[in-house]
Amino acid sequence: MSDASTPRTDASPERSDASTGLTDASTRVESAVGTRTGMFGTTDAGDTSGYGGLVSPIVFPGAAERPFGGYFDEVADALEARLRDASLATAIERVVVYRGEITFHVRREDLTVVAQVLRDDPALRFEFCAGVSGVNYPDDTGRELHAVYHLLSMTHNRRIRLEVTCPDSDPHIPSIVATYPTNDWHERETWDMFGIVFDGHPALTRILMPDDWPGHPQRKDYPLGGIPVEYKGGTVPPPDQRRSYN
Amino acid sequence: MSTPNEQSVPQDVYAGSTETTEGTVFNVSGQDWDEIAAGLHGSDDDLIAERIVVNMGPQHPSTHGVLRLILELDGETVTEARCGIGYLHTGIEKNMEYRSWVQGTTFCTRMDYLSPFFNEATYVLGVERLLDIEDDIPEKAQVMRVLLMELNRISSHLVCIATGGMEIGALTVMTVGFRERELVLDLFELITGLRMNHAFIRPGGVAQDLPAGALDEIRDFTALMKKRLPEYAALCNANPIFKARLVDVGHLELAGCLALGLSGPVLRAAGYPWDLRKTQPYCGYEDYDFDVQTWDTCDAYGRFRVRLAEMWESIKIVEQCADRLTTLEGAPVMVADKKIAWPSQLAIGSDGMGNSLDHIRHIMGESMEGLIHHFKLVTEGFRVPPGQAYVPIESPRGELGAHVVSDGGTRPFRAHFRDPSFTNLQATSVMSEGGAVADVIVAVASLDPVMGGVDR
Repeated sequence: MSDASTPRTDASPERSDASTGLTDASTRVESAVGTRTGMFGTTDAGDTSGYGGLVSPIVFPGAAERPFGGYFDEVADALEARLRDASLATAIERVVVYRGEITFHVRREDLTVVAQVLRDDPALRFEFCAGVSGVNYPDDTGRELHAVYHLLSMTHNRRIRLEVTCPDSDPHIPSIVATYPTNDWHERETWDMFGIVFDGHPALTRILMPDDWPGHPQRKDYPLGGIPVEYKGGTVPPPDQRRSYN
Repeated sequence: MSTPNEQSVPQDVYAGSTETTEGTVFNVSGQDWDEIAAGLHGSDDDLIAERIVVNMGPQHPSTHGVLRLILELDGETVTEARCGIGYLHTGIEKNMEYRSWVQGTTFCTRMDYLSPFFNEATYVLGVERLLDIEDDIPEKAQVMRVLLMELNRISSHLVCIATGGMEIGALTVMTVGFRERELVLDLFELITGLRMNHAFIRPGGVAQDLPAGALDEIRDFTALMKKRLPEYAALCNANPIFKARLVDVGHLELAGCLALGLSGPVLRAAGYPWDLRKTQPYCGYEDYDFDVQTWDTCDAYGRFRVRLAEMWESIKIVEQCADRLTTLEGAPVMVADKKIAWPSQLAIGSDGMGNSLDHIRHIMGESMEGLIHHFKLVTEGFRVPPGQAYVPIESPRGELGAHVVSDGGTRPFRAHFRDPSFTNLQATSVMSEGGAVADVIVAVASLDPVMGGVDR
């Protein structure tokens, strides 16, 4: 995007422990969400490269440090002030700025208040929610399921992202349909695909899969499915069983 | 079939009535309404006589694909309307997690089948942001993207107007709409090789340079469209039947649009000039001269007029693209980084389209490293740094965005598409409740939902 008001660079691509003022420093410990072994990603053949023992952690961009750049600081300041007023200063776990986009990691019990503040405060005014997108990180222990919200302020022409996590053992996240009615179907889709229960949703039923479908297809432990295809004497395995390079 | 003599009525194996806990269920296969009416009046249950729930679709020609509308009727008035979706769910997002980043375009182009270039573009822009190569995309690739997207906007709006016209019985609108759309698809075929499902916009640029003569064809098309577009206006704008069906139908004001997350022509027909091409430009849209079209009636007629006017704006942009492409002859269409750019260019040989013979000669006869490089990029693909991106664009139906997540691997960790059809369809209830059954069709058509995008 070439909008002049959008910060072009990452405020801090590295991990940082400096206080942002918005979050509690103790919550900003970075942890890898998984590991990758070997150098070439193959797992099914014997190691002929000599790099098979290589283990590298998968680390997502870490918490950013002030100044975030552009309008990000104004949004963070306004949000911080309003949350202080509501004595919810720890609602934001951390702020990540990466590739010119800002992500607020919100404590799940405070999501409804944060959403309400973001929509209603004149300095924030995020009146448009582009739905919720689930992401499953099976190796991010205790935070396996993420719900990601993209908010747009048409008044100020700004975009932010909210990220909320919940453990697999307790897949509950409060619904924000009361604030953003558009999330009705989006939360149903995320329940359908990931099994995240949005507490307070008016009618949380499956939407894309049949009502009696077992399981939640977009989770990483749910197989893609497929059958081997025979072609000219050879057999092509289904996509999730082919040689892969991850 | 109105005879009361039960014995003489042949048993219809497909249509009959059954008793459930919810009440009597009638299966209707046509021409048996008299039986049903008789069955209703003979019922002891007053509720049944007053309340009818009709399943319209999913196989109904005027529900825009496999959309199922569940309507509760009081006579001709709709008291409740709900949508049943998911009949076209194909697991595209899940499938993308098992293919390389480049192959992802082949999947997402099939989602909203009326606007394939937009699906590709939003996904590709997200990948490019994660790769941090947004500023390295060659100018010609950006201009070609804009050209294809605007041609696609014209073809998509034409289908919307055509099918919308067909659904209210205006068959001429349908035939002329599809006639012009075919011309756009011919251009797509000339440029990309395919009429639909192109997978042409790739991470780093576009798949192929413009073929010879394409610019002339595009100019011929815009010249023709300038003659043809006024036909729609002449046919519809002041047509009393057309207006009687569309004016004040499917009413939704700005506040309702924002609450329900509606975007695109529906939002602009409520008078709000929000267009991501202007407000948050991507692919260099800030360099083009065009206007955001609005209407102030908040109804189906306003949405029709907005779409009609947007086609004129798209023609303006296409012409500017053609002018810029004239000066960009021979310029690169793919990013210079050889670790991302697809290694080979396609060419037409004696056995059809395939890798160019020059490239085959190079990797098979001249350069072992070239062969390894080709093999690694094509089979394994490139790695994308861990992170997430969301780059929404203005599709013909509104804000279309791909939430792209990478874990540093050669495949998308997660790709979620915020499809405007999916979100806009939520407005069906509020637009059609309290109106007549016939107006449900108009309201849904004015939203222009494409079920391939809704269900993905």
